[in-house]
Amino acid sequence: MSFEELIQTLQGKFGAESLVTTTDRAGDPFVMVPAAKIVEILTFCRDDASLAFDCLSNLTGVDAPPDDAEVVYHLFSYSKKHSLTCKVRVPKSNPHVSSVEKIYPTANWQEREAFDLIGIIFDGHSDLRRIMLPEDWIGHPLRKDYKEAADYHGISTSRPSLLYPEKG
Amino acid sequence: MAIQTQEMMLNMGPQHPSTHGVIRFVVKTDGEVMSEAIPDVGYLHRSIEKIGEICDFNGFMPYTDRADYLSAMNANQGYAMVVEKLMKIEVPRRAEYLRIIASEFNRIISHLLAVGALAMDVGAATPFLHALKEREKVNDLMEALCGQRLTYNYVRIGGVSYDMPPGFTEQSLSFLDKFEPIMQEFERLVSDNKIFVERVANVGAISREDAIAYNLVGPNLRASGVDWDLRRDMPYSIYPELDFKVCVGRGEKGTLGDCYDRYIVRIREILESVKILRQCFIQIPEGPTLADMPKSLKPPIGEAYVRTESSRGDIGYYLISDGSTHAFRLRIRTGSFTGMSIIQKISQGMMIADLVALIASLDVVAPEIDR
Repeated sequence: MSFEELIQTLQGKFGAESLVTTTDRAGDPFVMVPAAKIVEILTFCRDDASLAFDCLSNLTGVDAPPDDAEVVYHLFSYSKKHSLTCKVRVPKSNPHVSSVEKIYPTANWQEREAFDLIGIIFDGHSDLRRIMLPEDWIGHPLRKDYKEAADYHGISTSRPSLLYPEKG
Repeated sequence: MAIQTQEMMLNMGPQHPSTHGVIRFVVKTDGEVMSEAIPDVGYLHRSIEKIGEICDFNGFMPYTDRADYLSAMNANQGYAMVVEKLMKIEVPRRAEYLRIIASEFNRIISHLLAVGALAMDVGAATPFLHALKEREKVNDLMEALCGQRLTYNYVRIGGVSYDMPPGFTEQSLSFLDKFEPIMQEFERLVSDNKIFVERVANVGAISREDAIAYNLVGPNLRASGVDWDLRRDMPYSIYPELDFKVCVGRGEKGTLGDCYDRYIVRIREILESVKILRQCFIQIPEGPTLADMPKSLKPPIGEAYVRTESSRGDIGYYLISDGSTHAFRLRIRTGSFTGMSIIQKISQGMMIADLVALIASLDVVAPEIDR
């Protein structure tokens, strides 16, 4: 199915007002989905025979300054060979998204990564721990406003530059 | 007095000869049988995705080598393709051929290392040496092509950096002629070897459903019986013009999707890559190797997601551009990362000695997991 047909199928089920598409961007089209409905929509995407999205190809956490964060789901269907990009947007002050681990087991680690590096909290996740960084790391490095701490357990994270001593 | 038995928690790694890099497993075991092996990754995390937001587009290319150093050419290509897709750059045909020649050579040496290391991990040291001997010869060819033996940095956005050196075609074809009989010898040595087969057949079987649900990709997915190859099913570059077979696991020595299937799929893919290479050297057209590129790359505002078939399977690059010279967000979704995540499920009830075979057969590469 083409992107338009996929969107029509989804809008037929969930209503047009909750699924917003953007057309003025270059590259791949995507659909914005309300965060509260993501589990319902992805379950439908997986189970509906005409959509048959059996694979979550990629799950990305994105910082969307100044106030928001996004989670991007790249769905793919091996049987139908079509793909769909869904996004949810949540405020960084309260970054809660429902986990889709029960629909796509591969989301387990990918959600942990998004939690670790962007700081999105996935409700209902079975094991939401940091995956790349140590448990006691402070902050989420892939946020645009992340400032590296001056030291980690007494180990300095910077050193004077030999080429530009004035920059310290 | 009765013998006390209780579950024991063991630590495997991070420095362990058969974890293929710096990975740690927390193994819960009752005697020889594991109840679970929990992977703990992140020891090699270099935040390549953050570096991607700091470097400009051309400057990031060498970092993709480091994301998957055993299959750097494929990682290069995926990154170049995502920027090209967003900027709508047409790559010259000769450059496309050179990219495929380079990535298929890379697939051969990556798979050679994978099968050699699998054999070594289950106790056979000789096949590993045979595999590495051949790998060195391909490394020589790669060095002639781009000056590097491991991290190539050969692909450029819009083409490749250099044309083939004089005599490269002859050298490559003469290598391939000698390589095919050596692969047959390798197969005779390993594929039907009773000791090897008993160590890997029926071990760590992954069902078709699990493979898709956990987003296994590439040879691991095909070994579980999913007839899927991006090169054939969603072709990119010049793959539609090439004739090759997709190798799928059939459970011939045991269960479908076991370690043996993952081994034999890789062996057969090496031979398919040889076939592809021969066709490429016949079909390669004359012409430029790099498109006319602007000095500074500024993709339009938007996003693109590109998947290519790397040695470790489908590698996904997701690029969001805000119209500047730097990526706004660059995500790399790698095959090793998703392959690693299934170990916790598959290891339940396995023998502790089989964990090594499972890890090696999934062909995970630690820097690619952690990025």
